[in-house]
Amino acid sequence: MSYILLVGASSGIAQALAKKLAEKGKNLLLAGRTMDDLERQKADLEFRYGVSVKTQYFDADDLEKKEWLEKLVLQYPKIDGAIVAYGYLGDQKEAERESVKVIPIINVNFTSTAVLLHELANYFEYRRSGYICVLSSVAADRGRQSNYVYGAAKGGLTVFLQGLRNRLSPANVRVITVKPGLVDTKMTYGKVESRLLTSPEKVAKLIIKAIEGKKDVVYIPAVWALIMFVVRHIPERIFKKMKL
Amino acid sequence: MPDVRRAPLSGWGLYPVEDCFIYRPERVQDLVRILSSDQQSSYIPRGLGRSYGDTAQNKGAGVLLNELFNHFLSFDSSNGILECEAGVSLAEINQYLVPKGFFLPVTPGTKFVTVGGAIANDIHGKNHHKDGCFSEHVLDFHLLLADGSIQKCSRDENREIFRATIGGIGLTGFILSARIRMQRVETGYIVVDYRKARNLDEALKLFSEGDNKYQHSVAWIDCLANGGSLGRSVLMRGNHAMRSELPKDIRDPLRIPDKRKLNVPFAFPSMVLNQLSIALFNKVYYASFTDNTHKIVDYDSFFYPLDAVQNWNRIYGKKGFVQYQVVLPPETSREGLVSLLEKLSKSRRSSFLAVLKSSGSANEGLLSFPYTGHTLALDLPIKDQAVFPFLRELDDIVIKYGGRVYLAKDSEISPELFRQMYPKLNQFQELRQKLDPNQIFSSSMSRRLGITEGTL
Repeated sequence: MSYILLVGASSGIAQALAKKLAEKGKNLLLAGRTMDDLERQKADLEFRYGVSVKTQYFDADDLEKKEWLEKLVLQYPKIDGAIVAYGYLGDQKEAERESVKVIPIINVNFTSTAVLLHELANYFEYRRSGYICVLSSVAADRGRQSNYVYGAAKGGLTVFLQGLRNRLSPANVRVITVKPGLVDTKMTYGKVESRLLTSPEKVAKLIIKAIEGKKDVVYIPAVWALIMFVVRHIPERIFKKMKL
Repeated sequence: MPDVRRAPLSGWGLYPVEDCFIYRPERVQDLVRILSSDQQSSYIPRGLGRSYGDTAQNKGAGVLLNELFNHFLSFDSSNGILECEAGVSLAEINQYLVPKGFFLPVTPGTKFVTVGGAIANDIHGKNHHKDGCFSEHVLDFHLLLADGSIQKCSRDENREIFRATIGGIGLTGFILSARIRMQRVETGYIVVDYRKARNLDEALKLFSEGDNKYQHSVAWIDCLANGGSLGRSVLMRGNHAMRSELPKDIRDPLRIPDKRKLNVPFAFPSMVLNQLSIALFNKVYYASFTDNTHKIVDYDSFFYPLDAVQNWNRIYGKKGFVQYQVVLPPETSREGLVSLLEKLSKSRRSSFLAVLKSSGSANEGLLSFPYTGHTLALDLPIKDQAVFPFLRELDDIVIKYGGRVYLAKDSEISPELFRQMYPKLNQFQELRQKLDPNQIFSSSMSRRLGITEGTL
């Protein structure tokens, strides 16, 4: 039986993705830190879609990813694709006051993800098929005072993915970088006006479209490509004075 | 700290509209954190917001959405027992279980309500005379109390809490999940008999003579007709169709055709629906029916005709409307209904969506609404402030004939009348005092009715 691996499976976007994938008949490996969350998700997905769903403990802070993936592959040898959806927004202001708070933001969003990505890359490279889809962020496109620590980690991740895509291209393994804009999840709830938010269901639909299509980097929804194009092209001498 | 969104909320009647602090917890730990945080003076759970009045809102205080508690947990097709979280909607239950040959044991006229809301309002449907309320098919539920503990409640375990929570409009705690016994059906269709009644007496006679033959029974009633036509109705009664009753061209008996959805994109100017257009609609609607037996109707069209029009509540205009539903005991229901209908028809205020049905016996819920007799439900658009004194007059008739109003629809009765209508309120209050002495759970409705303290 073959599976799609979802790491960070209980995030708002990943939950919607799991539903859409299961609806298409995909069996799922849900990995995450809170087993209670994964178990109720599993029950729900199996009830609704009749697919096979397995759960696996995953701790972003634990960097022993080699052993983690080896164990997983031993149990479920056929993984057709992996979606990496975990992240940690952190608190920019807090990280400014207390410099050590920079560390978890960088570690979760960059270090941990990069380590996992190399393990996944080796797995798929060996099989010469499959895909790795990673949720980066529009915050990666330009450092802004409101969230540059998070943005820097996601920016590093985005560059890492460029290289990885380049490396895996000959092995027929796709690497898809997803840059969601403002999505209606816990991260934005109560912080952003609801009319500016995109539903996780719509985001999930567009991510699957990207996986099934040919694009390497996608902004979701597409209007963010335009917004970020403008943001990237504001001259630095003006940008540095802006309140963004 | 969990984030909160400040926004105006109303019930389905669009009245009253009040600013609330809305939370969207994902898991039990979030709820416990919010309830113990002192961020708001009180909290009330809310599902899909289909109660008509101020049941699921909390002016200037906290509202706890159950929308992320939307997981199905288990289903056993050998006995039809479904376990799901309280934010799962009845629409989703139908979507997945009708194809497996199971239907909701009780459903209201909209499928866009959550399981939590169905229990907290102890909803009823067209089969109340046969099957009672929703809670009567609930085996047990898990309830998060104000102190952060989770209690499993059933008729054997925590029975007092069970009785207070069914119909308890969210004031005992946050319902997390429930087990429901589904009804086995052979098809997704209903065999319906339509029967016209020229006036109220004929309708009541038809109900009392024929209702035992039908699992589902309801009548559309013209609240504008008067004189000899007072209470003229169209009875629509049916049973779940057997496979053998379906015409040959229906290939899969458990799948029903998808319907096109209409939408009301904005609130209509209130002049669109005036007495003239409504009276005309009622005449045409009544005339359009002929007595017709054994019509095969899919479950969506039979149970949820209004769900086909998204945001239908906007047709009455921005000021919204009050839905008024009462139950009257059998000894006085005829007189009471005549008195109500005469008043309604004279006032020309009532709208075309009015429903009459006979109701079965009361259950153990302390604030559960229905009891044996007849229930009448109708929409009253809020065109002007004069609608409120008019509602008082209706209330007086209801009290006079020993009836009561349904809290899931209410936005206007007074604490004094409420006390008279719900004699088990004292028991409810005693238990609540034990469960939630600090009144962590409170709503605009509970303060208005004097169930909890605080200013409105």
